[in-house]
Amino acid sequence: MKFRHMYQNKMKNKKDSLIIVLLILFTTGVFFVSILTGRYSITPGQMFQLIAKRISGTQISKSINSNMETILFQVRLPRVLSAMLIGAGLSASGAAYQGMFRNPMISPDILGVSSGAGFGASIAILMSFGSLGIEMTAFLFGILAVGLSYFISKAVSRGNTTMLVLVLIGMVVSSLFQSMISITKYIADPYGKMPAITFWLMGGLSTITPDDVKILLIVIIAAIVPLMLIRWKINVLSFGEEEAMALGIHISRIRSILILCSTIITAACVSASGMIGWVGLIVPHLARMIVGPDYKILLPVSCLMGGMYLLLVDTIARSVFPMEIPLGILTSIIGTPFFMYLLLKGKKGWN
Amino acid sequence: MELILEVKHAVCGYGKKSVVENISLKVANGEVVCLLGPNGVGKTTFFKTLLGFIKVQKGEILLNGKNIADWSRKSLAKMIGYVPQAHTPPFPFRVLDVVIMGRTPHIDGGSYPSRKDIEVAAEALERLGISDLKDKIYTEISGGERQLVLIARALTQQPAILIMDEPTSNLDFGNQIRVLQHINDLSKNGMGVIMTSHFPNHAFLCSTKVALMQKNKCFKVGDVNEIVTEDNLKEAYGISVKIIDTKIGKNKILKSCIPILEE
Repeated sequence: MKFRHMYQNKMKNKKDSLIIVLLILFTTGVFFVSILTGRYSITPGQMFQLIAKRISGTQISKSINSNMETILFQVRLPRVLSAMLIGAGLSASGAAYQGMFRNPMISPDILGVSSGAGFGASIAILMSFGSLGIEMTAFLFGILAVGLSYFISKAVSRGNTTMLVLVLIGMVVSSLFQSMISITKYIADPYGKMPAITFWLMGGLSTITPDDVKILLIVIIAAIVPLMLIRWKINVLSFGEEEAMALGIHISRIRSILILCSTIITAACVSASGMIGWVGLIVPHLARMIVGPDYKILLPVSCLMGGMYLLLVDTIARSVFPMEIPLGILTSIIGTPFFMYLLLKGKKGWN
Repeated sequence: MELILEVKHAVCGYGKKSVVENISLKVANGEVVCLLGPNGVGKTTFFKTLLGFIKVQKGEILLNGKNIADWSRKSLAKMIGYVPQAHTPPFPFRVLDVVIMGRTPHIDGGSYPSRKDIEVAAEALERLGISDLKDKIYTEISGGERQLVLIARALTQQPAILIMDEPTSNLDFGNQIRVLQHINDLSKNGMGVIMTSHFPNHAFLCSTKVALMQKNKCFKVGDVNEIVTEDNLKEAYGISVKIIDTKIGKNKILKSCIPILEE
């Protein structure tokens, strides 16, 4: 009896490891395709030579000029890495939120982080900040919006915050910041700043710099690690607050960690790339269909799939059409029908 | 392990409104206390207070002499297991994974269940005779099976006291009796149980003590034969009943309650 059970568990672990290995291989493949794709063509041989030169300073053949080096290391690599980081980050925070809110229809911006960040960026553009200033303001306002949602719902429910109150207040705060975004557009100069705001809000990675990638990398990893550490508790949390309490979970502590980390991740992503919708909703959904609802495996698989998905979409956005399509628009165009398809196919992975 | 849960003159309710007043009760190892009373009388509120979901308004609740408000969530969960009414969570976990969640209070902060935790969960499933459900999807099994799984999860906490919210609700006749049988077996092995029920017969079948809650906030507690009487049930539920004795075997008498409709 016991042996059979151990055996089956081992089988499941094996299957899960296989999925992770496959995802890593596939992502690596997409990574190389993406890095070689673009208006300025670079061959795999040239790429490896350039990388070898970077690492050990070996000589490179004459067919490679300095433009190639700049494009590879200053443009493509930051863009590819940021797409992967942002996809992974949005998916991780979406997955965490779906567990906490016990609802597979929740996306990471449910508490207002995206609208808050959007408003922050709009103000910063209005006040002619530089790109770092825009990012910082967006990040801070994203955090501020979620902070508002959190503390207002605490005040409304007098300490005993329920998830429903939190979602409702989140929607109110979101809508407040959305209308404030509209105000900034309304008063912005229609030939310079208004298009800049609109373009920022559409979301895209064309302006990513190597420094952005460094910041993203540090912030996202720092916030994903705590999420990974509490992922068993997210499982328990998805059974509802009272049951989780009866199982010994310090609800308010876990919830604060979860909201704080998810918010930091999403705010960092949105402030680097603008609003990129649907990734944080669909990817955890897909991951759940493949590996089941256990966050032990669901969270890492969501990260991997999210990174791969956004990298794929961003590569399409910048190379398939004669003109680059804003990434945020493309994720919605791909995401919505795909989501409909999932719904039509039957609700697998949730109830 | 000797363990006593003691409720002293507790007043329970939400915010400033009190629902249950002046309730006093004691549960020790091996005792089954059945909580009877009409809908809306505050049984759930009382349970939520016992489990520490809401604070007691007046009076105190002591576990081994120490106020439950002073226990950490984790250590409380090692002592008191909660069996909620069977429900459907949003995500399709495997039955074994659901049961392993009972190990949560025994698992350290950032870690995951160990092999030993999985074994404890598998044992709980075996104890309830539902090992074959192990790899089924929790959201796809029947209500009766889900109730047993939730009991298995609470046993996996290895608590000394089980708090069961209408463990027989939504179950067919056979499953109701099977759950009561399990409750009986557990108490024989030293588990203290507090459960709610809508059926006085369930109290006769397995409880050692009965607490009868009434609409007028009057609260009676005592031996099952003292409390579940024709008069008391009439007062609490407003219906007429007859209590009859049935001889089972040589010298065992089982009481049961028969409702009588008005002519």
